[in-house]
Amino acid sequence: MIPVPPRRVLVYAIPIALLLFVLPSVVSPYEVTQLSYGLIFAIAALGFNLLLGYTGLLSFGHSAYFGMGAYGVAFMVKYLKISSMEALIVGGVVAATAVAALFGFLCVRYTRIFFGILTLALSQVLWSLAFKFFWVTGGTDGLRVPTPSLLGVGMAPGQDKMAFLAHRYYYYVLVIFLVGVAVMWVIVHSPFGKALQAIRDNETRAEFVGVQVRRYRYMAFLVSGVYTGLAGALWAPLNGLTTPDILVWTFSGEIVFFTVLGGFQTFAGPIVGAVVFNYLKTFAVGYTVYWQMFLGGVLVVLVLALPAGIVGTASRLIDRLRKAA
Amino acid sequence: MSLLSTKSLVKYFGDTHAVDRVDFTVNQGELLALIGSNGAGKTSLVNLISGLLRADSGQIHFQGTDVTHQSIHERIAEGIARSFQLVNLFDQLSTLDNIALSIFSREGKTRRLFTLADHDSAVRDEATEVLRQFGLEARARMVAGGLSQGERKLLDVAVAYALRPKLLFLDEPTSGVSTREKAPIMDVITAIVRSGKITAVIIEHDMDVVFKYSDRIVVMHQGTILADGTPDQIRTNDQVTMTLLGTHAGA
Repeated sequence: MIPVPPRRVLVYAIPIALLLFVLPSVVSPYEVTQLSYGLIFAIAALGFNLLLGYTGLLSFGHSAYFGMGAYGVAFMVKYLKISSMEALIVGGVVAATAVAALFGFLCVRYTRIFFGILTLALSQVLWSLAFKFFWVTGGTDGLRVPTPSLLGVGMAPGQDKMAFLAHRYYYYVLVIFLVGVAVMWVIVHSPFGKALQAIRDNETRAEFVGVQVRRYRYMAFLVSGVYTGLAGALWAPLNGLTTPDILVWTFSGEIVFFTVLGGFQTFAGPIVGAVVFNYLKTFAVGYTVYWQMFLGGVLVVLVLALPAGIVGTASRLIDRLRKAA
Repeated sequence: MSLLSTKSLVKYFGDTHAVDRVDFTVNQGELLALIGSNGAGKTSLVNLISGLLRADSGQIHFQGTDVTHQSIHERIAEGIARSFQLVNLFDQLSTLDNIALSIFSREGKTRRLFTLADHDSAVRDEATEVLRQFGLEARARMVAGGLSQGERKLLDVAVAYALRPKLLFLDEPTSGVSTREKAPIMDVITAIVRSGKITAVIIEHDMDVVFKYSDRIVVMHQGTILADGTPDQIRTNDQVTMTLLGTHAGA
């Protein structure tokens, strides 16, 4: 990946950020809420892609960190009666990071299929715990997560929850998303990010320029867990309910899907993939009971026709047009 | 003065004695050629010294320090670097970033998450200078995977050189390139190694290259050292010519 100069990035990023800020005044609250889901999934996909796109590790267990972020919030609400979103985020991220620290310690010793299977297996341990320990987790009924206070200000008495989620909560998510994108952009363009890309390209040579491969993989795993946990923490109040479904391996598969759909070899690919996937899934679920078949078809077409994903293909087309001009 | 020495170094792969009780020394400032037929144990010896393989027994001393049980990155920190027989690069990174990564690593900067790599002008300038020395400056923005075989060979050496090693192992730096490209590549490499006062060990099959550029030659055969001497001594060594060429020195 040849780095794109920051100035060229800002040319695209600023108009998109401005568009995201004005959207709530031009689209319906339902659409805004859908976009919130998309942005939250995009944060998870960014974290996931630090491992896949930049370190060359395919995890099938990222539902574990998303789920821990969500359950961390749900536990704090239920057992500690905390309603401050900032405190809930800290709790959710700490819970997800702790699990990522443990799982990462075991997983980064392996690569390729062994890494993928181990991450999947460990995430399923968490799912079974959430499923079986119903007196703590609520089992399949899950745990309710009421609307939290944002920066110390709760929902006004009588205020419509949908309006709250589509306005204040959306902007809250949007600001965290933008900060998350900026921080991740710096990370992947830092010397640390270059070391990860070196490990992805050639592990042996990376060792022979002095990069301690396992240690750097572990650091990437932790950062990835923090991002995915943050997404889970933001998702819980928006969804209003945390159930074991969010820990199942199929949700890990969806995170992989976001990233492949957008293009894992580009920085913006996972963001676009997450937002598009969320709309695709919502549309498919509302349109047909065979929505999984529809999404499966999309994935097959994608892999065969657009292996570089939406953003990867678009940027190649733009490059070709530039050269032709 | 000896920079590196091995004592009774052993590495067996089953019944194959890849390196068999080898006592090998490299002197400060020399350009040493390590030669021998395929399977003689040259690359295994370099793999043991650089840390890619663990020795079954024996010792490796570098600048008086026992490095036998050190990890690869500890040996790099001591000043041992290497290039590879089959080009080993970071193909999706730019040519400049391939070099910059060595410099970041050498300076302990690869742990930095929140600074932009491209904004470190000291590293960028040094990487550009290394590329200039190797004649690759014009390729700085190109991905390493897009370079020609000769350029990739040079970059492979440049990545190791950017670590500023005290001892540099070059494993067949001219293999896979055309005969016409060999001399220019070796001219560049030897000029840089000598001007940088780096001690270098070159594994090479091309005898023209070996005799033209090396100060001393060590010949390996079946995991042991067969001969050790100046190019003239090796050229007239009957045992070497019989073993490598199947003829007598005078023939």
